[in-house]
Amino acid sequence: MAYDSFKILKSTAVPLPIENVDTDQIIPARFLKATERKGFGDNLFRDWRYNQDNSPKENFILNNPTFSGKILIGGHNFGSGSSREHAAWAIYDYGFRCVISSFFADIFRNNCLNIGILPVQVSAELLSELFEIIQIKPNTEVEVNLKKQTITISTTGYSEFFNINDYKKENMLNGYDDIDYLKNIKKDIQKFAEKTPL
Amino acid sequence: MKQTLFDKVWDSHVVQSIKKGPDVLFIDRHLIHEVTSPVAFLGLKNRGLSVLYPKRTFATADHNTPTINQHLPVADPLSRNQLKALEENATSHGISYWGLGHKKNGIVHVVGPEYGITQPGATIVCGDSHTSTHGAFGAIAFGIGTSEVEMVLATQCIMQSKPKKMRITINGSLNRGVTPKDVALFIISKLTTSGATGYFVEYAGEIFEQLSMEGRMTVCNLSIEMGARGGMIAPDEKTFKYIKDREFTPKGTDWDKAMKYWKTLFTDEDAIFDEELVFDGCKIDPMITFGTNPGMGISITKNIPKAENVEGGKSTYKKSLDYMGYAEGESMLGKPIDYVFIGSCTNGRIEDFRAFASIVKGHQKSENVTAWLVPGSHKVLESIKEEGLLEIFNEAQFKLREPGCSACLAMNDDKIPEGKYAVSTSNRNFEGRQGPGARTLLASPLVAAAAAITGKITDPRTLIY
Ligand code: SF4
Repeated sequence: MAYDSFKILKSTAVPLPIENVDTDQIIPARFLKATERKGFGDNLFRDWRYNQDNSPKENFILNNPTFSGKILIGGHNFGSGSSREHAAWAIYDYGFRCVISSFFADIFRNNCLNIGILPVQVSAELLSELFEIIQIKPNTEVEVNLKKQTITISTTGYSEFFNINDYKKENMLNGYDDIDYLKNIKKDIQKFAEKTPL
Repeated sequence: MKQTLFDKVWDSHVVQSIKKGPDVLFIDRHLIHEVTSPVAFLGLKNRGLSVLYPKRTFATADHNTPTINQHLPVADPLSRNQLKALEENATSHGISYWGLGHKKNGIVHVVGPEYGITQPGATIVCGDSHTSTHGAFGAIAFGIGTSEVEMVLATQCIMQSKPKKMRITINGSLNRGVTPKDVALFIISKLTTSGATGYFVEYAGEIFEQLSMEGRMTVCNLSIEMGARGGMIAPDEKTFKYIKDREFTPKGTDWDKAMKYWKTLFTDEDAIFDEELVFDGCKIDPMITFGTNPGMGISITKNIPKAENVEGGKSTYKKSLDYMGYAEGESMLGKPIDYVFIGSCTNGRIEDFRAFASIVKGHQKSENVTAWLVPGSHKVLESIKEEGLLEIFNEAQFKLREPGCSACLAMNDDKIPEGKYAVSTSNRNFEGRQGPGARTLLASPLVAAAAAITGKITDPRTLIY
């Protein structure tokens, strides 16, 4: 088991209605100097969250105790830019297990799946509805059911199907990762390598 | 079946296709650096695994390294620690390691092609999104996360679904003062930063055929900035000539054999792409960005667009302009500049320094500008000296630094101060990318040179004689 399995998550959510959030914002480069996967949550959204003197910026959503939960909701094209997996680590370390957006950047989406965060891509309509409802009622719970591939807003009962490929779904449900799989086909890989010159 | 260049390379590397799942893709060559590899090695250790094919991985130190006094111990303990981890991990696993001070050291995407690690038809990955650079040689090259770095170390494979295919064709010829960087910024401004997400791009047409290998690298490098997994250009005589006799390219009969394969690497006539885009090369001007993502670029002579005319990111447009201290409708020309950075895997090669020199020659650096000239590798640094460019720079009051990523991501001390404006030849103008509060304007080496001597945004065409 490479990470905790993901089955059903029911939680309040933190809305971040900003488009094109890049991984430099999620975790700025100067915090990438660690050689272990520890403590990245403290620097999640560092420059949006703190002033340069380390005092919190009051307007930023993570500094607003009204909003909390294990689900982060981001605007369109979430996670663009740098391939740094540290961005996904920071989100995970902070306590999020699921990120919802209407569109994800490729590498970020892969990075999330590889460490056990579920990226859920929803329609633009549902995304704006989520932003609206949570603004009005911050205690609104959102249920993400991986097995059924559904996301449901508990107060309205509105539900939507989301896509994930069967392989990744199985992995997430069981907490397996790709290395677990690849180890089992080592012979095939070695055979392949032999006929592939360096 | 008719195949695209991308199909040919991808399909020939599939070890296994999982039904309703990803492909297991064999990786020919893997590049690593100090920032995204330590946790991968730690993961290997925790699982009790070793590196399956160490000769297929190459390590260089670049992201975190200082660009002055590289002969001294690295001052920052955290950076030092990461560099030490890379050295220990590489050497203990039998991976070739080009650390600080090594004559082959440099930015990972600059040294790969320089030493022939990059080859047509290969699959190449690295824990850095600008791995797309290597696509210039007709390779499938893309950035990966640290979990995938661990995967490649352990199994020489990654598991990914095959992306969709897009072709971007540009015919015609480039106008005076228009560089490969402008071509790329032009395309991104048309597609936005997410316009090619989910796709692998092939660049085709006269413009790309005419470009030098270095120019092609600049274009492929920036593929990721429109969201693409990567970009590639079919190899041709120029490609073969470039790679011949480099350290890691095949020799003798192996070369002949390889050439036979490489010559099959092109998109078949009538092969089908999921998306085709065509632009006119004559319509491209020198470009500059005015906002906080690489898609927010315009011709240098144009005014900052009005919000209502912007596609994608509309709701955050104002936030972006506020950060930059700019307003809708303003002209970019004449805006004052504090810093100029020439370097990075986008524009830190010898041709970029030649271009920079062609403008600054006979002029003086503006007193208001701090300029950082950072070669992409030691090899580039040597060429700058050999070709006499260093004298030109010195006479114009520019100082040359030592190789590394430097202000491209500002992990070392090369940080643009808060609120300051920097014209940068690098690849990202995200908020704080070049230092907390830094304001970045992406442009070509020519535009950077023009800004460096005039202290403001200047059309380089007015300085070309
Ligand atoms: S120069 Fe910038 S983009 Fe290129 S490898 Fe270094 S950090 Fe990455």
